Amino acid sequence: MTARDEDVHASLSGVTRVYPGAAGTPPVHALGPIDLELKRGEFFAVVGPSGCGKSTLLEVLAGLQQPTAGTVTFEGRPVSGKVSDGIGVVFQEDASFPWLTVWDNAAFGLRRNGVAAAEIRRRVDDALAFMGLTDFARAYPAQLSGGMRQRVCISRTLVLQPRLILLDEPFGALDAQTRLLMGDEVLRLWRRTGATILLITHALDEAAMLADRIGAMSARPGRFLDIVVTGWPRERDSKIVSEAGFAEITGRLWDNLRGESMKSLGHSGVMAG
Amino acid sequence: MIATKRAADTAIILIVLLLMWQALHQLVGATALPGPVPTLAYFAKLVPSGRFAENAWATLVCFFYALILSYGIGLAIGLWMGIHRLSGAVGEPILISLYTLPKVTLYPVVLLIFGLSLSGRVTFGAMHGVLPVALLTMGAIRNIPPVYLKSARTLHLSRWQTILTVLFPATLPEVVAGLRIGFTLTLLGVLLAEMFAAKQGLGFLIINAMQLLQAEEMMAVAVVLFAFAALANALLLWIEHRLHRRV
Amino acid sequence: MSRVGWIRIAVLVIAIGLLELCCRVGLIDHRVVIPPSQMADALIRLLISGEANDQIVRTFGIVVIAALISVVAGFALGLVIHALPRVRQSLDPFFATYYAVPIFIFYPMLIVIFGLSVIPIMLMGVATAIVAMIIATLNGLDRVPQVLTKVARVHRMGTIATALLLKLPAAAPHLFTGVKLAVSYAFIGVIASEFILAPAGLGRVISDAYSDFNNRQMYALMLLLIIVATAVNMALHVVDQRWAERRGIAKL
Repeated sequence: MTARDEDVHASLSGVTRVYPGAAGTPPVHALGPIDLELKRGEFFAVVGPSGCGKSTLLEVLAGLQQPTAGTVTFEGRPVSGKVSDGIGVVFQEDASFPWLTVWDNAAFGLRRNGVAAAEIRRRVDDALAFMGLTDFARAYPAQLSGGMRQRVCISRTLVLQPRLILLDEPFGALDAQTRLLMGDEVLRLWRRTGATILLITHALDEAAMLADRIGAMSARPGRFLDIVVTGWPRERDSKIVSEAGFAEITGRLWDNLRGESMKSLGHSGVMAG
Repeated sequence: MIATKRAADTAIILIVLLLMWQALHQLVGATALPGPVPTLAYFAKLVPSGRFAENAWATLVCFFYALILSYGIGLAIGLWMGIHRLSGAVGEPILISLYTLPKVTLYPVVLLIFGLSLSGRVTFGAMHGVLPVALLTMGAIRNIPPVYLKSARTLHLSRWQTILTVLFPATLPEVVAGLRIGFTLTLLGVLLAEMFAAKQGLGFLIINAMQLLQAEEMMAVAVVLFAFAALANALLLWIEHRLHRRV
Repeated sequence: MSRVGWIRIAVLVIAIGLLELCCRVGLIDHRVVIPPSQMADALIRLLISGEANDQIVRTFGIVVIAALISVVAGFALGLVIHALPRVRQSLDPFFATYYAVPIFIFYPMLIVIFGLSVIPIMLMGVATAIVAMIIATLNGLDRVPQVLTKVARVHRMGTIATALLLKLPAAAPHLFTGVKLAVSYAFIGVIASEFILAPAGLGRVISDAYSDFNNRQMYALMLLLIIVATAVNMALHVVDQRWAERRGIAKL
């Protein structure tokens, strides 16, 4: 399903990514070909089995990696080599800097980019308040839980006021209840900033709950098997899991992904019974 | 509080060591091993004497130069081998082998090249200290979580900004550990050089005192060195812990 | 052999080759360093003639005995200290500072007390090595997962059985690291002592050769020491690495 040109915020067309093998091993076809158009302001989730190339897709879109073939655009301009201004990334691993306080962590990107001190203070205080970290501004990441550290990373991204936010399984390391709450946080973030969001996750219910559209990826090399439209209203939260349509969406995703997940586990893709 | 407990433990250990020293002294006799009190008395006489100050200064100067070499060369090697993966992979086992080798085996070569000069002792000291600094610096750079570098790129940091504001603080605790061990080993190298073949320095004083059967002088100088090394190490360890506490 | 391994060998061969070249060409004075080929030659002749065999056996013998004593006593002490947490806590600053002090400064003292014999040398070897073994033992016993002790109680195993059948194998990789360190420290302790002052032994002979301007003898024995120390340490290191890999798998 394609959209009108002005609506397209970022796109990947014919993108593939092949990793050259180390000496003596064959190259790895990690991703593609992928065609994707992100509409401005939408929430798009990508689900797929482990190793299917979801993170690679995110890094190619961000400009952290170059595609082996195909083109990537952001706001009409090609993406290449460096991370474009206006794109924010939250990684799966804890990227908070342990030698800086929470406040300094959040301010980090702004300081390096020559933003005025008063403006830095305003944006950081604002972001920390939004993420519920004001009381911990003077603490060090080592003193915080995993979930809070991810919130620090999100704050650091937020203050840069990105128009496209990429999240690479940001809640992978957290327990189930915390994940649901963080999901609500992300939705709040989305509504507040009006940014376009691409979320990578392996959790089907998380994708189904949060996204406007969900791309189901095959096992490596990752391609989109299906794009599911959820049709949720913008004002939504985790309580949506009890809606009628929810089970249908997760069911459809699982139909697509069951075989792919088994492939990535090493099975032939068909199990008896 | 943990700090006072540790202080109490240290005090207990010192007392036990002193008691053991006294017991050993009584066992072996004053000519062989003077007790704590006579050593202290001798020490009070020795320090103001020119002989101690002269030799202590010689050791200090030698140690200082050797330390600069250890740190400078060690950091440079460690940085290069940490950043340049292939050099690191090739060189690490070589460095480790050198590290476990009794370097005193190579001292005669150093002597042949430099003679009984300051340069020789400095070189020997640096030979000891360079390796832990290089190995730990290399390890520190290799252990930088890749996500830090990716974050630096998403935050649009320039190369220099990345090195100064991300790589440097991230590697600091481990590098300081290397510097601490380098400090210890450089001191050891310098003292060994002085004990083996030198005409000055505290190491020389000890050997000299042994040949003159002056047990009190031997003990006094040894205790001074012991105290210096222990205190310096405690200080560096404290710095290291402060850096680690944030990590 | 991996690509990295070949490059390493190439680097070493080139380095030795360069040294050989510089010595032969006269860039390096032969009174300072003799060509590596001559060192090897002198060593082979020395070994064949058997002149230095006494010293070789003596020195390596002391190292082996010092290492053995350090490993056994270090392990025993480690076990005891591990069982007494309060004692261990108190000893913590001691262990943290032990290797920061240049203990060779006490070697002359040992000579005065015990005389110029093998005893001070042996003591220095043990003193250098034993604490590394104790620390490694403590670390190894720490790493024994709690759950294993519970399994032992479920199977109603006694203290000794638990120690031998569960704790020892679980701690073994760390214990082996302790052995590796003890051996390399024993080497350092014994050789350095022999250099400083000793009645006999390789260190003594090498330093005598230096004083007598007998470069061939000196370099031959230095080469022997370097080869043996490097070979032993490398062998232990390789085994240690293998066990470490297995340890990674065992953690699952």
